Amino acid sequence: MSNTNKPNKDELCTLFRRFIAPEYVISDQETQKPYECDGLSMYCEMPLIVVLPETVEQVQEVLRICHRYQIPVVARGAGTGLCAGAMPHEEGVVLSLAKFNKILEIDPLTRTARLQPGVRNLAISEAAAEYGLYYGPDPSSQIACTIGGNVAENSGGVHCLKYGLTVHNILSVEMLTVEGEKMTLGSEGLDSCGLDLLALFTGSEGLLGIVTEVRVKLLPTPERATVVMAAFDNVQKAGDSVGGVISAGIIPAGLEMMDSHAIRAAEDFAKAGYPKEAQALLLCEVDGTEEEVSSHIERVEKVFQDYGATSVRISQSEEERALLWKGRKSAFPAVGRISPDYYCMDGTIPRSQLAHVLTEMQRMSDHYNLRVANVFHAGDGNLHPLILFDANQPGEFEKTEEFGGKILELCVQVGGCITGEHGVGMEKIRQMPVQFSDQELVQFHAIKAAFDELGTLNPGKGIPTLRSCQEYRSIESKEECSHA
Amino acid sequence: MPDLSQELIEQVKDSLNEKRALQIVGGGSKSFMGRNVTAQPLMVNEHSGVVSYEPVELVLTVRAGTSLAEIEQTLAGHNQELAFEPPRFGGHATIGGTLACNQSGPGRPWLGSVRDHVLGVKLINGKAEHLNFGGQVMKNVAGYDVSRLQAGAMGTLGVMTEISLKVLPKAEAVQTLCWNMTAKEALQFMNEQAGSSKPITAACWVAGELYIRFSGARAAVEATVKQWQANTRQVDETIWQKLAERELSWFQPEKPLWRFSVNSAVDMGAIDDEAILDWGGAQRWYQGEADKAELEALARQAGGQVQLFSGGNRQDEVMHELPVAVQMLQRRVKQSFDPEAIFNPGRLYSWM
Repeated sequence: MSNTNKPNKDELCTLFRRFIAPEYVISDQETQKPYECDGLSMYCEMPLIVVLPETVEQVQEVLRICHRYQIPVVARGAGTGLCAGAMPHEEGVVLSLAKFNKILEIDPLTRTARLQPGVRNLAISEAAAEYGLYYGPDPSSQIACTIGGNVAENSGGVHCLKYGLTVHNILSVEMLTVEGEKMTLGSEGLDSCGLDLLALFTGSEGLLGIVTEVRVKLLPTPERATVVMAAFDNVQKAGDSVGGVISAGIIPAGLEMMDSHAIRAAEDFAKAGYPKEAQALLLCEVDGTEEEVSSHIERVEKVFQDYGATSVRISQSEEERALLWKGRKSAFPAVGRISPDYYCMDGTIPRSQLAHVLTEMQRMSDHYNLRVANVFHAGDGNLHPLILFDANQPGEFEKTEEFGGKILELCVQVGGCITGEHGVGMEKIRQMPVQFSDQELVQFHAIKAAFDELGTLNPGKGIPTLRSCQEYRSIESKEECSHA
Repeated sequence: MPDLSQELIEQVKDSLNEKRALQIVGGGSKSFMGRNVTAQPLMVNEHSGVVSYEPVELVLTVRAGTSLAEIEQTLAGHNQELAFEPPRFGGHATIGGTLACNQSGPGRPWLGSVRDHVLGVKLINGKAEHLNFGGQVMKNVAGYDVSRLQAGAMGTLGVMTEISLKVLPKAEAVQTLCWNMTAKEALQFMNEQAGSSKPITAACWVAGELYIRFSGARAAVEATVKQWQANTRQVDETIWQKLAERELSWFQPEKPLWRFSVNSAVDMGAIDDEAILDWGGAQRWYQGEADKAELEALARQAGGQVQLFSGGNRQDEVMHELPVAVQMLQRRVKQSFDPEAIFNPGRLYSWM
């Protein structure tokens, strides 16, 4: 394979415009601007070309051309990702799947939906509602994020302790290989013979192939869902009470915690009636049949009281439930109002380590002189520290990034990991060697090569090269030395 | 029990040096599955024991050779269980073999499979490197999901030494109802009811009888059974374990047993009447001599696959034939873990 006669930008545009409508081959800087970053806007890069194909055949042809000339391809859904996973490559093509926004089929009897990759997450549940069904994973960005991106990131949401991540809620994916060859991973059944490439593909961040169709499972809408809100004057008590709920044999549909910074910001923003003096707030949603919810609510309330909750409130209507969630779901933009910028981290920890991690984080917050607010998927140990900073202050983002990196390292130290649902992308590539050994990273590269030998799908993301790991480690050790 | 991972690594190194293939064996309870292979056994069952168990975190980490019996006993002490209800196959099944063969019981469509509950694995790859993937937390999207990739790989990618799993509280109450109906009626009924928000956790039709299990909060189970019990009878729960262990009188061990994994509602014609329709219709058991290619065509029409689960000719392929492009990709993934092809060669497919 030779790339000596690699086409220049204009020639490549001409090639693409032979089969894609000319206006959907974007090469001018102004129109390309919205594609320069994903939800993590601190990382941006202008691509060579953006294409918005409208048929799978067009996507195949784009891939064939890029493969022939070894041109990097970065797939993109709605661009709501938070790890710079969809950040363009300066010599590459951004392959937007935005035009693939059709719900192809909903089968109420088998409780499945067949979707194009650009269908928005929330649109699935909206379309399934008339059959009394919904799609389980509900990331905070669900109004905008697409199912193709959800597959690429293995997205979760506030309900994943009970209903699982994307990987638990999809049956099959139709994908294109880097060469443009179409294949189906999974089936209409619940499992398939051979290696479970569907599991491997889910969460692979656009490094292994391009999603062109997804078959998802739908769940029956519970008869009833109720939220119990409990306030605590101490984070440790709140964390322990979560263990208390689990020990009582109850798996809540959602179990979210906020610390005092997040509570105040969310309350000012959403006016949900959160007690602003609380040090920690829990939102515990219980769903199921009428009888189940009644029985569980009673027990959850008692657990919270036994663990010393200063107040407990139970939603009495759908409106009140929605209001209590509104505060939590708007916590990120709410925090955005109290600071010029914020940086959202995504580590996971064993829940027992919560108090220790929060204490350490406060110590680091003092050290870096940067405030941090915490939103926590308490049920499954997924912590979202929001570091508040001002990008206009020279050097402050760099300081913020360093702080964020230290938080993730702390998560690994206590037995957790560097990302629970946002992915590695470009952002956390420096923390990968904290979680994985060189041998493990080499194994990841070998998997990548099995799908994409030349490494042109989303290059530079997800898995660091060993050389860069050595560089990160040597920077780390120098920093350690200079701190000592 | 001692940690024998170092010994296992040494044995892998030796066979690597001698270019000698290995057959990974846990409790030996699933040797009937997959294709026949002859290679030197690598015994993992002695590498057993609970490494850590945090009931409030819902996370259990065990060595791969640990028996399901030991795990279930440990969990029962905290009123928890493996929600995927793995078959124990005479008490010898280990957690490593259960994951490698992706074995889950009747609750699978509602409660998830072993693949769904695995959080992390340690495994020795074909370069004799001991690697750690996933973790002991519910969510982890760093790197590729190598842990779930082990489900159904039948040991072709490496020797698992340690497995972390999500565990769940035991249901407060369990009850089972039984109806008389035809296969066709049962498929329709099971699928319709699965779309209602009732605490259903298993649904299976066998020989003219449809069984549906309800489990969860006592109040919910009792209310549902009360609501549904007209024209039905209540039966005990042993049906489910017999089904999982393939101990129902329906199963005739001397006959080849075929397993269809298909669209749950699809009508597969005459085969359905003779089959067991488990997993709400998504898993169907059929026994008897049959032409594999013909069954594969039927399975494809039903949106899924078929495998020769036990008995029959196990020299030829027993798994559903895959498209050539998928075969090539599967082989490359296998090579990425096991470049010298020392682990269970030919167990899954002759070409792998």
